[in-house]
Amino acid sequence: MKNNEAIGQRSLKAKGFIGSYKWLILRRLTQLLTMMLFLLGPVAGIWIIKGNLASSLILDTVPLAEPLYVLQAFAAGILPHSTALIGVLIIITFYGLLGGRVYCSWFCPVNVVTDSADWLREKLSLTGSISVSRNTRYWILAIVVILPAITGTMAYESLNPVPMLHRAIIFGSFSALSVILAIFVFDLFIQKKGWCGHLCPMGALYKLIGSFSLVGVKADKRSDCDDCMDCFIVCPEPQVIKPALKGEQKNIEPVIKDSSCTNCGRCIDICHKDVFHFGIRK
Amino acid sequence: MSKIKDNVQSASRRKFISETAKNACAVGLLGLGIGVYSKSANSLSSSALRPPGALPEEDFLAACTRCGLCVRDCPYDILKLADIGEQVAVGTPYFVAREAGCEMCPDIPCVPVCPTGALDHKLTNIDDARMGLAVVIDQETCIAFLGLRCEVCFNICPVRGKAITVEASHNKRSGKHARFIPIVHSDSCTGCGKCEEACITDQAAIKVLPIDLAKGKLGEHYRLGWKEKEAAGASLVTPDTEHRYNLPEGVTYDHGGEGLIIQSEAEAQTPLSDSPFSDNPLDTLNNSSIKD
Repeated sequence: MKNNEAIGQRSLKAKGFIGSYKWLILRRLTQLLTMMLFLLGPVAGIWIIKGNLASSLILDTVPLAEPLYVLQAFAAGILPHSTALIGVLIIITFYGLLGGRVYCSWFCPVNVVTDSADWLREKLSLTGSISVSRNTRYWILAIVVILPAITGTMAYESLNPVPMLHRAIIFGSFSALSVILAIFVFDLFIQKKGWCGHLCPMGALYKLIGSFSLVGVKADKRSDCDDCMDCFIVCPEPQVIKPALKGEQKNIEPVIKDSSCTNCGRCIDICHKDVFHFGIRK
Repeated sequence: MSKIKDNVQSASRRKFISETAKNACAVGLLGLGIGVYSKSANSLSSSALRPPGALPEEDFLAACTRCGLCVRDCPYDILKLADIGEQVAVGTPYFVAREAGCEMCPDIPCVPVCPTGALDHKLTNIDDARMGLAVVIDQETCIAFLGLRCEVCFNICPVRGKAITVEASHNKRSGKHARFIPIVHSDSCTGCGKCEEACITDQAAIKVLPIDLAKGKLGEHYRLGWKEKEAAGASLVTPDTEHRYNLPEGVTYDHGGEGLIIQSEAEAQTPLSDSPFSDNPLDTLNNSSIKD
């Protein structure tokens, strides 16, 4: 281990700015573009996509719908109209192929909030973290799906910060931002990468959706790894890297198989030895 | 060797069990919290009305994805999504009648766009919508009750002449005028809120309330005799007997018709009744069968 240089410095030297940030830039552009597309309607009157992340309509024809909502509706004993079911099918197919948690890192607006919290946490060298298990999200997912069966309503949707933030921006209901602030503070002071990686039930569901995805990160040049640990520090789910990167002796394929991986590409950017690449996960 | 392995196993088993228990407890508490919070946050404010075709409130909250597509497709920008802190479940669509009532578009664009059917796609005639029910809630300030002419709610009503009618009644104060009282009929009122929006008083004297708040319910066991009679064609209990008026000879009374009828001499000869008792009281006294 030679962790004497700041994170990212090695890759900056080796690959330059674009080489070190290309996936991050692409990701931020995608997030921005998604938000712009949703905003284009209410702001400029150009309705390419209407609605919000909960469910939407592209060009007034193609429906999209959030699987967690439809699950909750089912649990509450409601069979949603076929539009929502088709929308969910499209979403599941898309993320099922590209990687479930691509939603989290490429489209979810809360990602920008939690990434910022994490960035600030590193800048301020804040340490100290309670240890919430990463499996907690499954428990929360379970309770979120069970609650509608008990209460008869989508109970969690009074709190769910993901669509709340999206609505706040698109429909201009800004008091929802208090929940987002709570998540920022939680990630900053209480639990490193806490919300997205440990608690969010939507992340948990998308992880399940992406269990058999085709696209993934390969550590195809893992023999070049010089143990700088940068990838482990930037990765939102560092536990997924180890088997692929260090599994040579155990005959583990150099592919990140864990569907917790969000395909964010930070490890690809940060590695000054260019160990990681996107590839087909088979 | 195997004992060490056993110990390691039991240690990891202990860890697993305690971790699971911890998680279960924490998440159980969280669930309880969310459940209770959502119960309190899900009560609909009485001033908020759902878009046309909305399922009953509980089902609506189970089906609505809070996507806002109905809000987007409302051509008059009447619908809005609830924000945190409002007395409407977060993110769900509603409108406030006093600010702007539903315009009742004939093609109801907000309904078919709903992806889950929280707004029921079966609603195709806007007159069948039941967003709420108008109630003339304050008879002390409604100027029609004060004896002044208004009828704004009657005239603005999109189901004019059916949902609200104006009934004339006696003005007791002046003793010589009529009052034109607005009466709402629940079989036609769509709850669009136009009457509340248009009411001329500072605070609307007519308000549109959620139906369950506005509507009473008669006990299941009630049978309205006059309706049952109408349906059956005749009284279901004892047959109707004509009421007899105790009137002087040669005078009859036609209730609900001509009124007092003074009969001519010839008609007066015909017996007035089929009573077993003669018109002459002496006949009764002389009747041997009644004697002891």
